[in-house]
Amino acid sequence: MRTFSKTLGCAVLALAAMASRASSQDLTGAGSTFVNPIMTKWIYDYRQATGISINYQAVGSGAGISNLIDGTIDFAGSDAPMTAEQKGRAKGDVIHLPDVIGPVAISYNIPGIGTGLGFSGPILADIFLGKIKYWDDPQIVARNPGKNLPHEQIFVVHRSDGSGTTAIFTDYLSKVSPEWKSKVGSATTVSWPTGLGGKGSAGVAAILQQHPFSIGYVEFAYVEENKIPYAAMDDGTGNYVYPSAESAMQAAQSSTIAEDLCTMITAAPKGYPISGMSWLIVYKKSLKAPELRKFLKYVLTTGQKDTKALWYASIPPEIVSRELKLIDSIE
Amino acid sequence: MPSEAAVIEAVPAAPPKSRRWETRRNIGDKVYKWILTVAAVSVLLIIAGTIYELTMGSRQSIAAFGLRFFSDSNWDPGRHLFGALPFILGTLYSSFWALVLALPIGLFTAIFLSEMAPRWLERPVSFMVELLAAIPSVVYGLWGLFVLQPFLVKYFEGPIANGPLAALPIFGGTANGYDMLSASVILAIMVLPYITAVSRDILRAIPRTVREASYALGATSWETIKGVVLPYARAGIIGAVMLGFGRALGETMAVTMVIGNAPIFKTDLFSSGYTLASVIANELAEASGLYRSALIEIGLCLFLITLVVNAAAKLLIYYTAQDLNATGGKK
Amino acid sequence: MAGVAASATIVAVTALVFVLLYILIGGIGSMNFSIFTQGPVPMGQEGGGLRNAIIGTLILISIACVIGLPIGILGGVYQLETNTTFSRTLRFFTDVMNSIPSIVMGIFAYLIVVLPAAEISPGHAFSAFAGGVALGFLMIPTVMRTTEEILRLVPVALRDASLALGASQWRTTLSVILPSARGGIITGILLALARIAGETAPLLFTAFGNLDFNVRLDRPIDALPLNIFNYATSPYENLHHLALAGAIILLAIILVLSIAARWALKGQLQD
Repeated sequence: MRTFSKTLGCAVLALAAMASRASSQDLTGAGSTFVNPIMTKWIYDYRQATGISINYQAVGSGAGISNLIDGTIDFAGSDAPMTAEQKGRAKGDVIHLPDVIGPVAISYNIPGIGTGLGFSGPILADIFLGKIKYWDDPQIVARNPGKNLPHEQIFVVHRSDGSGTTAIFTDYLSKVSPEWKSKVGSATTVSWPTGLGGKGSAGVAAILQQHPFSIGYVEFAYVEENKIPYAAMDDGTGNYVYPSAESAMQAAQSSTIAEDLCTMITAAPKGYPISGMSWLIVYKKSLKAPELRKFLKYVLTTGQKDTKALWYASIPPEIVSRELKLIDSIE
Repeated sequence: MPSEAAVIEAVPAAPPKSRRWETRRNIGDKVYKWILTVAAVSVLLIIAGTIYELTMGSRQSIAAFGLRFFSDSNWDPGRHLFGALPFILGTLYSSFWALVLALPIGLFTAIFLSEMAPRWLERPVSFMVELLAAIPSVVYGLWGLFVLQPFLVKYFEGPIANGPLAALPIFGGTANGYDMLSASVILAIMVLPYITAVSRDILRAIPRTVREASYALGATSWETIKGVVLPYARAGIIGAVMLGFGRALGETMAVTMVIGNAPIFKTDLFSSGYTLASVIANELAEASGLYRSALIEIGLCLFLITLVVNAAAKLLIYYTAQDLNATGGKK
Repeated sequence: MAGVAASATIVAVTALVFVLLYILIGGIGSMNFSIFTQGPVPMGQEGGGLRNAIIGTLILISIACVIGLPIGILGGVYQLETNTTFSRTLRFFTDVMNSIPSIVMGIFAYLIVVLPAAEISPGHAFSAFAGGVALGFLMIPTVMRTTEEILRLVPVALRDASLALGASQWRTTLSVILPSARGGIITGILLALARIAGETAPLLFTAFGNLDFNVRLDRPIDALPLNIFNYATSPYENLHHLALAGAIILLAIILVLSIAARWALKGQLQD
């Protein structure tokens, strides 16, 4: 049977070889679906500008990292940094380069109530733990005086597929709620104590939009484009902050970013607390070092201008300069 | 090859030919037989290959969890903990309710078609019921999302959730349509044509003499159906039901779109759930390592369950038909 | 009690009418020419069409035919030519194969094509070829059973006549039996195509879907059922319309195939 699979694999390879005129200069990447919209634009513009084509497959962060570990791709896109165990399996030292920042919006659908409900981290954790069950729970009401919250069951919506958005959201909940941290934890997919799952951000946004009394988390782009109401989050000091490109960037600026740039910027001292960076991950030693350096530099300089139109936040300049140094170390 | 004898047997004694001709003909027939055998054997290879590949693919998960995989209800990819119990129960439970709904309708339709309907009505109605089987699963899912869910929420789930029946253990949960009930109703519609067609054929195969004997004893036509025809066809009808059950177990898309995708099993019809097939559909494309292996083991589990159910159904139908053929059919 | 039976029948027929009418009305309302000429637009933007998906589905079906038809038809001929314990066992296994859930066949294709491809060739994983393999395997049982059943209808005298004239076994099959059973075999093929045209689950992790236009077999490719799934579960009104339009195109394809299948069979039986 192994031989059977090998034969079929070879057939695919032969097809690939036949059909592809891709030269060895071209780069291949795979991973995060979160960055796919902007990656598509970068690749398109880069090809127009340089004639070099880059092939990126949005197969999910986890699969992108696996491919990088196996050495089948030149760079991986991921919304969560590689774990120590993954780094151990990799074929060499890797570097993480943040390419965009994105806020994750807490979105809800309560007839008659628009954008602007205020939540704190612990309240959010209790809702997603299933401990706060009704919209008129005293804790929510206390935070939102004057809002006419109905006595209706809260219906929690989360992602059913693995997602960097989930990693950012659950990382935030783990930081603000010890109970969440011990019972559920943070990862791209977790064991949800309550609620139902929608496939992809689009799936979650669809459920939120169609069903009253729901609450969920989606990338900011989806709530903006669909005009679904979203919440302001208490940043831990009593200030309410709305998700936006600016507030997400502020979160990155106010966080202490570790040497390896692998920091999760959730629950930052300032800015929107549920923000996250997405990374391009590459090997420090690469056969395609010159091509890789050139493309990565494009992403971090010219490419950053495209972020806002696609609802991402750009990387703060001080982090970019650290990244450019790292990029120069690729050989 | 056991086929050798049969093929030779089928060739009638040909008039003697020149020796050269004979040889060429034999070579041609040998090649012919060889090609046919290869085609036939490849069916076995595909089935064996499926079992082999699925088993090999699940090795990692089997080694890590053993039998606990089937009794553990914790599905937590972030912590590398995988238990398939919620999916197994969700699959069985949704298929069970689908049969509860589909069996009476399917059986009575079969009785109507085989015992009562005039020929001009029987044909188009049979055709229409069978047409239900031609509609793709994803189209049922779309209909479920846009039509069935809102309908159930408004006219069934809403009134019950706000009424006294809500206290019953099967009517708990949030009345939002992403639940076991929606999944079961869609599944019921999807398995209806199988139950109807097979039951109808079995009923038709019941000898005329059996009915006539009953009439001769003074039974009414309904008494005949209830007291004589149905008991006579019992095994075959059970087979038809199991065939429908087998279909329901493996249905993926329509269920995935309406069931809510929450890896928690509850007996409440208004609670979200998950099935074996849905979790594979949602999560396999992005999974890697142990996570992928666990999903493949779920696939293996689904395969084995459907295999047993279908084989049992086929045998029941086959033997009933044999019995009936032995005594002579109605038409 | 006759009333109960009649009501049950009415319920069953009503279910069909409900589903079909909704798709029909919604789909026709959402139909326009650009659906056939445009590819997808990024989520949330207006416009967009199903061109890539329709072409993708046609490509996937073609690959499936290349893989499934030879095995299916030749396997059917084998069943006709032999009557041994092995061939009876084989018939049982063909039934078994027919009842394997399509998503399981998808996992099989994922394991034997997608994963090895990713191992061998950088950056390649999901591919049109992998989707075609899954669909091709799904076709085999239907093609095999109908081929066999139809071939059995060819009069034994015809075959004996050919053999008596000195034609070899393979010649007889190729020039006498298969041509005279042509209509029936086409029926089997069309029914199998109708079955796989709407398959979605096995494509999720084989063909995967693709936002860009693609005709290469080693790259992910879009398919009509995948679009229906993604668009129906999306939050955008215009994508819901595209999903409905896709559903009606898919149903039209299946309907045409099924009617053609009946028609081919009718021609066969009249011969």
